[in-house]
Amino acid sequence: MFGDAIKRQLSGLGGSDAVVPPGMYRTLRRKITALMLLTAAIPLAIMAWLNYHEYQKALSREIQNPLRVIVNKSKNSFELFLAERTSAVGFIAQAYSFKELADEKDLARILKILQTEYVGFVDIGLINDKGELVNYVGPYNLKGHNYAEQTWFNQVRIKGRYISDVFMGFRKFPHVIVAVRHSLDSGESFIVRATLDTHQFDKIISSMGLEPGSDAFLLNRAGILQTDSQRFGKVLDQFSLPMPPPASEAAVLQQQDGEGNDVFFAYAYFPDSDFVLAAIKPKAQMLRTWYTVRGDLVFIFGAGVLAVFLASYKITDQLLRRMREAEEARELALRQVEHSQKLSSIGRLAAGVAHEINNPLAVINEKTGLMRDLIGLRDDFPDKERFLLLIDSVLKTVMRCRDITRRMLGFARRLDVTLEEININDVITETSGFLNQEALHRKIDLTLDLDADVTGIVSDRGQLQQVFLNILNNALAAVPDGGHIAIRTVGDAEGVSVIVRDDGCGMSKDTMACIFEPFFTTKKTKGTGLGLSITYGIVKRLGGEIGVESELDKGTAFTLRFPKHPKHEA
Amino acid sequence: MKKIKLLLVDDEENFVNTLSERLKMRDVPSRVVYSGEEALEAVASDEPDVVVLDLRMPGIDGMEVLRKVRAAKPDVRIIILTGHGTDATEEEAKKLGAFHYHKKPVEIDELLGTVKKAYREKMEDAMVAATFAQAGAFEEAQQIMDEDKK
Repeated sequence: MFGDAIKRQLSGLGGSDAVVPPGMYRTLRRKITALMLLTAAIPLAIMAWLNYHEYQKALSREIQNPLRVIVNKSKNSFELFLAERTSAVGFIAQAYSFKELADEKDLARILKILQTEYVGFVDIGLINDKGELVNYVGPYNLKGHNYAEQTWFNQVRIKGRYISDVFMGFRKFPHVIVAVRHSLDSGESFIVRATLDTHQFDKIISSMGLEPGSDAFLLNRAGILQTDSQRFGKVLDQFSLPMPPPASEAAVLQQQDGEGNDVFFAYAYFPDSDFVLAAIKPKAQMLRTWYTVRGDLVFIFGAGVLAVFLASYKITDQLLRRMREAEEARELALRQVEHSQKLSSIGRLAAGVAHEINNPLAVINEKTGLMRDLIGLRDDFPDKERFLLLIDSVLKTVMRCRDITRRMLGFARRLDVTLEEININDVITETSGFLNQEALHRKIDLTLDLDADVTGIVSDRGQLQQVFLNILNNALAAVPDGGHIAIRTVGDAEGVSVIVRDDGCGMSKDTMACIFEPFFTTKKTKGTGLGLSITYGIVKRLGGEIGVESELDKGTAFTLRFPKHPKHEA
Repeated sequence: MKKIKLLLVDDEENFVNTLSERLKMRDVPSRVVYSGEEALEAVASDEPDVVVLDLRMPGIDGMEVLRKVRAAKPDVRIIILTGHGTDATEEEAKKLGAFHYHKKPVEIDELLGTVKKAYREKMEDAMVAATFAQAGAFEEAQQIMDEDKK
């Protein structure tokens, strides 16, 4: 579409008479601006987009890594904690004989030591091969319980060690059971079972040092909360998000929480137990830096686009101004050529007419002359005097016609300047003489104030006559009957100034700006619009200057200045 | 004074006949021809003193006649009388040796004056030539006349 516009534009420039309408410039401006904007803004946008994503990725990694590290570390702490407790229970199972453990006092002493050495032990119990609770020390009265049917009992019998999920004990306190089986040489085995409270879990989690808004908690593989969480419920509640895929090392997912906020979900599965450590960090909080960067990016992009827009607008503006200037210059040149062609064809026509008229004029001249000769010779011709007067009048008219044809030829020849020394006062007196009759008739006061000191200038008499005739004719057209026209000459060392002032209708500033332009006329159908344009041309050719001052309804003053010698170009 | 032998050349018969008649009334009789060809013949056969010549004519035009006559008979004075005169043709005619250049229409007395002046000049030249010839200095006379023309 832009190409079309250019094509139209070019074809417009090619055609001689096509004038570019102003609307075309507006359309062209819009299109050029849009194109420049697009070519500059698209790469900018791509850059911004790439930057945005690359930076986002990099920043996410930067944010995720510490989270992963801290989750891993805490997972290790948990594992260590559980491993220590399991080892302690395992050590007790191996170090003491069934008999010793079955003794209530001994077991109480052992629990005491355990509680001193390891934080978190609540009770301890001894279970025989058949699942009967043989001995128990702790806050509950459990002795005599049979666990044979319970899953954990079977698991510990198979695996040797067992760590339970968190459950609520009778004290309404979250607990974990650690059980270790010891096989005797006799083939019999017994199980030592200890209960831990999970205060320690909370401690490890709080030692992760997560900032407010973040959340960390322990889950089991089934998605039951094993510790309290801040936003996902209390211990033993069901975790509201789907469980992540198993991974032994810490991993980070980006997903939405139940409320639709973007979050980082860091987690690690415990290889030796059912637990999963999870940490959830809201993205918004972590990406605060990112948002600052993004704001900067958006700002830079916006500023860039704006700058590109302004620049392209400005450039387009200049481009179009140049184009328009060129167009106008071309049009002016065309007009000038047209004008000079018009003038030269008018000149040729005038010359042709003048030539053609001269011959019949000569015939009239001779015939009438012969009539006069013949009548003059005859003394007895009736009304001789009257006839001679009539004939003289015809002859005078013939000469007037001759003057007219010569003037027409003069118009055709006006490019040729014949220079001679001239007293401008004489030329003015002579020229104004032509117009005296009209001035008299219309009671116009035509005054000459001629400076006697005016020296002769080298110029062309005929052309000067044409100039003054033109200006005086205009003055006569401008003044009402009974008006005033004053011609004043002032001579100095450099040349002569002539001021022609009238008190006629004057003209507006707009008119004044145009009067020397060819074909500009205020006389409607009466004028050709060539008078002052020709006058201007002549004055310039004679090395002179012409100026005009005018005020509507006050009058007009033409000031002409002729040098003593025209410049060489004349 | 000896009668001037005057030849009028113009294709506008109406004009040239009247002119001839008027000149005759002023004691200057003339022969009239209406074309360039006739003019050349007349100059060759009749040896006029002065030729009044129109420029624009069908056939051989005035400028051509002027050129040929000046070449063949340099002492014949030629006055151009034309309605188609421009500065350029005037200049050309003068360069070719026309005695004077009149534009139509012209006052009869003005034309007559020029004719008489041309005739007088011719006579003077002839007299000078004759004087020199008598003194046996013919070539010198020719030279002076040539320089005069330049």
